[in-house]
Amino acid sequence: MKTLVWVEHDGSAVKDATLAAVTAASKLGEVHLLVAGEGVDGVAKAASEIAGVGKVHVADNAAFAHNLPENIAPMIAELMASHDAFVAPATTTGKNIAPRVAALLDVMQISDILSVEGEKSFTRPIYAGNAIATVESSDAKLVLTVRGTAFEKAASSGGSGAIEAVGGGSDAGISSFVGAEIAKSERPELTSAKIIVSGGRALGSSEKYEEVIVPLADKLGAALGASRAAVDAGYVPNDYQVGQTGKIVAPEVYFAIGISGAIQHLAGMKDSKTIVAINKDEDAPIFQVADLGLVADLFNAVPELTGKI
Amino acid sequence: MKILVPVKRVLDYNVKPRVKSDGTGVDLANVKMSMNPFDEIGVEEAIRLKEKGVATEVVAVSVGPAKAQETLRTALAMGADRAILVQTDDAVEPLALAKIFKAIAEAEQPGLVILGKQAIDDDNNQTGQMLAALTGWAQGTFASKVEVEGEQVSVTREVDGGLETVKLKLPAIVTTDLRLNEPRYASLPNIMKAKSKPLDTKSPADYGVDTSPRVKVVKVSEPPVRQAGIKVADVDELVAKLKAMGVHS
Repeated sequence: MKTLVWVEHDGSAVKDATLAAVTAASKLGEVHLLVAGEGVDGVAKAASEIAGVGKVHVADNAAFAHNLPENIAPMIAELMASHDAFVAPATTTGKNIAPRVAALLDVMQISDILSVEGEKSFTRPIYAGNAIATVESSDAKLVLTVRGTAFEKAASSGGSGAIEAVGGGSDAGISSFVGAEIAKSERPELTSAKIIVSGGRALGSSEKYEEVIVPLADKLGAALGASRAAVDAGYVPNDYQVGQTGKIVAPEVYFAIGISGAIQHLAGMKDSKTIVAINKDEDAPIFQVADLGLVADLFNAVPELTGKI
Repeated sequence: MKILVPVKRVLDYNVKPRVKSDGTGVDLANVKMSMNPFDEIGVEEAIRLKEKGVATEVVAVSVGPAKAQETLRTALAMGADRAILVQTDDAVEPLALAKIFKAIAEAEQPGLVILGKQAIDDDNNQTGQMLAALTGWAQGTFASKVEVEGEQVSVTREVDGGLETVKLKLPAIVTTDLRLNEPRYASLPNIMKAKSKPLDTKSPADYGVDTSPRVKVVKVSEPPVRQAGIKVADVDELVAKLKAMGVHS
């Protein structure tokens, strides 16, 4: 089987989510990559070095600059004439583009796969991860999105894929990019961080989040996260949200501080290697999944932890 | 401008799903069913656009069993003007749904179709994007702000790392994210009024759409259970355990 993997990038570097998608695709067969954008030579070169990669298709065109699915999906659908599976990481970009490609191919997409069980068979979470479905496609081609935390990352070096330009491409003229507000930060990105420190509603304010959560994260070089309740209460921006409707993470260590552990939140972090919970309510559901639990007032315990670690 | 809002009847988000012991799915017998929360946000957004004078009519549509009428009545009670039930007892996949909505869009000629970004049962996150592909319209997915400006709509999208704004030519497809708005509760008088609003019943065959599944569900199982670990007595013990794992500054 020949797969075509969507390379997620920021214009200069390949994002980690791509590497998990490469691993998933390699279980199906030959791995080809697609780098789309404008002025993406550097990304294409980096992508060609991903271990195990065959061809790297490079669609370099102003119409592809901002991942507008109206312009990109038809190009991918054309490339799919010579591929059997389109595989995208389940990022907001992948989720935006892949179904548009699937419908153009008259294929029913399989979203957010957790494992490859056979040539056309996969597992995927349903009901916010409260159930796992094993599904089998009967379509001639596959369109898949891949949950990044469910697959090992392919090595980003060691490969030597052949770079090939994709011709054509045009602006469909029905959508345009206006602007983006992407938080710039020295911290590791939430979805690829080794350690995450997350705060919940118990913090009570954005000032307390700054005062209690941030110093611990600084000390550990960790990414910052939050529960939906903390985001909805306005303590932190929405891109901090960990959970079924936010980001799905699986770091080495996840600190859940003042987070009760709603199903919604657990769905986003329960695959973390070690979960540390600090909460004053000893019956909080978070303790049912925590490897290390501390029943304590977070306003005392967290600064003490920050001081001693 | 007319707005089409597809809505789905799903297991209420407060009910913990239980996997059936025979592994065929999640038990939906005698449990509370409600409108998919993301769709509710879509209905609210459409009604607000009507209240602002941008939209003239809001049409709610659902594909599902006879009981999906209740979901449509909820949309009508919130403020939708009329409803279409495409009745079927089969589970309809996003691709077939998109084909049905495309046929309805051709008949109704809406300026906007506002859908939930995903249904909280199957978590597919596909129908809006697929409808956009089939109609050839632009798509603004995961919207946290929607502003109609003449022949265009400006959509602010929640993306990994922050927000992004795109401008789309109308007609267009919008899918809702959680922070787009807070849906209203229907008032009792409006619930009463909704009972007499028009609700048409159709079938997938009326739109010439074959709903046979492309993806077979082989089995549904419980997720692996994570075992609770230990409780530490104090911060010192926590620090010691973390350091033993190699976690320190």
